[in-house]
Amino acid sequence: MESSRALARLWRLTGPTGLTQARAMLLGRPCWSQQQTQQQHNSFSSSSSSVPEESDEEKKMPDHMMSTIVNGKEVWVPKGSSVMQACDAAGVDIPRFCYHPKLSVAGNCRMCLVDLENERGMSPKPVASCAMPLAPGTTILTDTDRVKKAREGVMEFLLLNHPLDCPICDQGGECDLQDQAMHYGSDRGRFVGQKRTVVDKNLGPLVKTVMTRCIHCTRCVRYAKEVAGVEDLGVTGRGGASEIGTYVNKLMESELSGNVIDLCPVGALTSKPYAFTARQWELKPTESVDVSDALGCNIRVDSRGTEVLRILPRNNEEVNEDWISDKARFQYDGLQRQRLNVPMAKGAGSVLKPVKWEEALTAVAEAAEGVSGEDMAAYGGKLADCESLIALKDLANRLGCETVQCEDVGQGVPDADLRSTYLFNPTLSGVDAADVILMVGTNPRVEAPVLNARIRKAQLEGVPIGMLGEDVDLTYPTTHLGGAPPLSAKKNADFSLALDQARRPLVLVGANCDPAVMAEVEELFEKRRETIEDGWNPISVLHQSASTVGALDLGYGAAPKAVPEGKKLVFLLGADEIDVPEGAFVVYIGHHGDKGACRADVVLPAAAFTEKHATYVNTEGRPQHARRAIAPPGEARDDWKILRALSEVMGHALPYDDLRGVRSRLCEVSPTFERIDEAPQKATYLGPKHKKGKVGAKTVLRTTIENFYQTDVISRASLAMAKATQARANQ
Amino acid sequence: MATVALRNSALSALGRRVLGGARAFSSEKTSYGNLSDEDRIFTNLYGRHDPFLKGAVKRGDWYRTKDLVLMGRDWIISEMKASGLRGRGGAGFPSGLKWSFMPKEVPDGRPSYLVVNADESEPGTCKDREIMRHDPHKLVEGCLIAGVGMGARAGYIYIRGEYVNERLALEKAVAEAYEAGLIGKNACGTGYDYDLYVHHGAGAYICGEETALIESLEGKTGKPRLKPPFPAGVGLYGCPTTVTNVETVAVAPTILRRGPEWFNSFGRPNNAGTKLFCISGHVNRPCTVEEEMSIPLRELIEKHCGGVVGGWDNLLAIIPGGSSVPLLPKNICDDVLMDFDALREVQSGLGTAAVIVMNKSTDIVEAISRLSYFYKHESCGQCTPCREGAPWLFEMMERMRTGDARLEEIDMLHEVTKQIEGHTICALGDAAAWPVQGLIRHFRPEIESRINQWQDQKQLEFGGTAGFGGYNSPVDGGRA
Repeated sequence: MESSRALARLWRLTGPTGLTQARAMLLGRPCWSQQQTQQQHNSFSSSSSSVPEESDEEKKMPDHMMSTIVNGKEVWVPKGSSVMQACDAAGVDIPRFCYHPKLSVAGNCRMCLVDLENERGMSPKPVASCAMPLAPGTTILTDTDRVKKAREGVMEFLLLNHPLDCPICDQGGECDLQDQAMHYGSDRGRFVGQKRTVVDKNLGPLVKTVMTRCIHCTRCVRYAKEVAGVEDLGVTGRGGASEIGTYVNKLMESELSGNVIDLCPVGALTSKPYAFTARQWELKPTESVDVSDALGCNIRVDSRGTEVLRILPRNNEEVNEDWISDKARFQYDGLQRQRLNVPMAKGAGSVLKPVKWEEALTAVAEAAEGVSGEDMAAYGGKLADCESLIALKDLANRLGCETVQCEDVGQGVPDADLRSTYLFNPTLSGVDAADVILMVGTNPRVEAPVLNARIRKAQLEGVPIGMLGEDVDLTYPTTHLGGAPPLSAKKNADFSLALDQARRPLVLVGANCDPAVMAEVEELFEKRRETIEDGWNPISVLHQSASTVGALDLGYGAAPKAVPEGKKLVFLLGADEIDVPEGAFVVYIGHHGDKGACRADVVLPAAAFTEKHATYVNTEGRPQHARRAIAPPGEARDDWKILRALSEVMGHALPYDDLRGVRSRLCEVSPTFERIDEAPQKATYLGPKHKKGKVGAKTVLRTTIENFYQTDVISRASLAMAKATQARANQ
Repeated sequence: MATVALRNSALSALGRRVLGGARAFSSEKTSYGNLSDEDRIFTNLYGRHDPFLKGAVKRGDWYRTKDLVLMGRDWIISEMKASGLRGRGGAGFPSGLKWSFMPKEVPDGRPSYLVVNADESEPGTCKDREIMRHDPHKLVEGCLIAGVGMGARAGYIYIRGEYVNERLALEKAVAEAYEAGLIGKNACGTGYDYDLYVHHGAGAYICGEETALIESLEGKTGKPRLKPPFPAGVGLYGCPTTVTNVETVAVAPTILRRGPEWFNSFGRPNNAGTKLFCISGHVNRPCTVEEEMSIPLRELIEKHCGGVVGGWDNLLAIIPGGSSVPLLPKNICDDVLMDFDALREVQSGLGTAAVIVMNKSTDIVEAISRLSYFYKHESCGQCTPCREGAPWLFEMMERMRTGDARLEEIDMLHEVTKQIEGHTICALGDAAAWPVQGLIRHFRPEIESRINQWQDQKQLEFGGTAGFGGYNSPVDGGRA
């Protein structure tokens, strides 16, 4: 009973990935950090491995599988698996430091040694299971004396020069070395000499280094080279004098640099902003999604009391794999700054003054008195969630207002009724399947760094990448095809040929491309429609904001740069980048005191994405839930609740008063919201939807993001992001 | 070298019998050594004659090489297998078998490469340099023959960075061979295209390890690769590659000309052939000499090197195969034979046949400690046991040298060497561990007496229990 409850609890906390861990805990078997359990899970997706049940032993093994015996237990694994994968499939834990499923195999930590046995007998020496392909007829033994001794030996060597500074190390409690030392380490050392010390390296304001702790697993080096695409990290020196560093003392110039913190199995690379803040066991983890770009990266928000203390990635192979961008990881300190925590209204002298909620809501109701719906406008902001967007739209509509728009919706969306015109149709994981990628007016390195890593992976596999627009460094080579369409076949014969032959081409279109550009892009495929695979739609719109697709799904239009003259009452739902002319009464519902709040007549403090249960739809049209990690500060409330209260005060009460009610309203408006976490079914390419226009001859398409680190109210309020901006500028 | 018979026709069998007849019953042979001059392969080992093409041709090199090449790949491999030649780089893997691992056909059209390991860095070893500076054409011709045997498109000779004169001689020989049409396009008029490149390293010991050598050749840091995949499948630039030692390649043409039976007639079974031995240390005349395999160690030293300094009884120990093999004390040296199997039986190894002689003037612990320093210095730092273990070994060996240790630490030292051995990516970890193991195996009393002496002295000085290494014992406060 007790154990099943523990299992259920772990399931709840960690989801299906935690189950291996849960099972291991109950059986009293050693189990490594959660990160590792997850790795095991990742490296071996559940569909690809199976263990034959005793009852159906006669079941025929599929051709792509092979069988092996791990410690006397038979498992089936796909052919070409490594010995370690077979052990993982058998549920046998193999300790490891250098191995990571997303990186190349280095085999240098020597912790994963196992014994192999075949018809010729035992292997002459233990082999590194991560690097050894499983040969037919091999039996794996992980519990022999020799293996135990080998692992203990390696552990002793690793601890030889590792400082015993766990009490002052930020990795303490979630450290692979610490965990594995509990199983394989001795309780005392035999080394009596001087331990090695290494000078710390400066990797910038985000990643803190304590290089003396480094165990030279080279995960960070391989990550920088293979995933982030920057050759900034490397090993210098030889033997005991080896050091990980940046060769010439420079920053790690990557938008994905924070991921080395998760990769580092010890405390050599830790988070600088999080340094000496908390221990892992003090934190409450909340599974959520990131809103710093339109990818909807899956994150874990770690909080203590009323503060978010750090943000970590969650694995989701279909969205962000194991990575998140530096903005997603480090902008959380912006949640503490510039917050709106009391309702405010303009009093005498047109100065905003704190008021009670009743007064603020009444002030709005009074301002709306006698204003016709046509003179009102409602604008959604970059970070608006779907619940508040639908509440705002319903309220506006009830007031007779049809001007319901969202900022940062590209002008190129022709037809919000047809989802495939504004989605990233091939889906993010479809990038892995694409055979040609063409970028038009976008810079994924700053708009969606995690996607950029995926495109880089495709590039490394030989997929040709073409670029129309500004020629920027994307960390991988691209063929620059000009500043704007049309694509001249003469100039770029090789790429045109690749495009002609492509069965699964992917056109990454920046969200701000105007309809004429979109029409040109479609024109490109009109000629090539025959060659495109059925069910594959090449149009992939890369939006920049978390709210965009949700807003489009709910019927929002694209907001202009400035509110038209003549509007008397304007609702800004966290919309900060829209100019409001004099004379309009502005109601700002949002969480940060940025541009929008300054212009407001009434400020209604709302919750940020870590403080509410909310739905966001990412650029591929996948609705995902953000969950409340902490309470909103002061008197701030959930946005949709504010709108619900306001509607009642204004005499147009909305018909829902709990989260379930709002969400069923969402489903009413768009069936998308019934399939949480699922990307839409792939839609066949339906042909051109844009009106042809003229693209200026001298146009150079480019992203609208000037500075990757500061794009929305949270990142603009973040000190870490400000420091990162400064460091990059000084580089 | 009176007659050099080329055996590519019916005559060959006769030639073989004539040349090998005297030694036809090698299985019954009981004494080895005393190699006659006509059985020497390297006839210009001491540089008394012209090392270059003219002289080489005079000595029989490049004689009807075309016919050897035209005999084809399978013939070369089978002859090499029959000769019983084992790799001369240290591991002693049968050469013919190794060459036969090269794929016959690569479906994706990748070329195959021969890489010659001339990064002779094992302390004590100086055999390959003699070949390269005094008989470079043996190597160049060998490269062609071995290349044909493997179906290689080109050969790379990776020469140690410190070998400047050797490189110059070798480059000159390669240029001569190109000039004479012996290699390059249509090598020796056979229609076989074969290019040969000389590349020089930057002086890292680890680049003598075959996969580290390949990495270095590709322009990367010399760090050994994981095996599998083996170089024969994925080697240089991802193509099938075989890495062989200079001596192995250089003897191949002579073996093919004189016949595998001739070569096989030397040495004990499974340890065939002649071998270059380099003897250094406390001998009267250090030298490199070609001798028969399985020659008794004592005979080798007394016949060719004028004996041990101070006489055989003044001998302390010998490292028989280059710095990485365990040493042998005098009592074993008295009657041990110099071949792979005999040395293995006494828990050492033939290695590169670099015999390092130490007489009783040697501080044996310091000598081995110096070797530990070498391995600490040359560890590439890639994998844990060697990176962390080699410096630790040196640290302990230094304390053993002065006696600043505890008796229990000798066992601990041995255990640490066992913790390194067999757990690393390449064999450098083993090489760091073996000399220390040999020392403990044979000279334990010497280490013990030093420790006792040191402890006694400290007791006199401080009048109490002595710590060690600047610390007191974590267990019992040191030796009571």
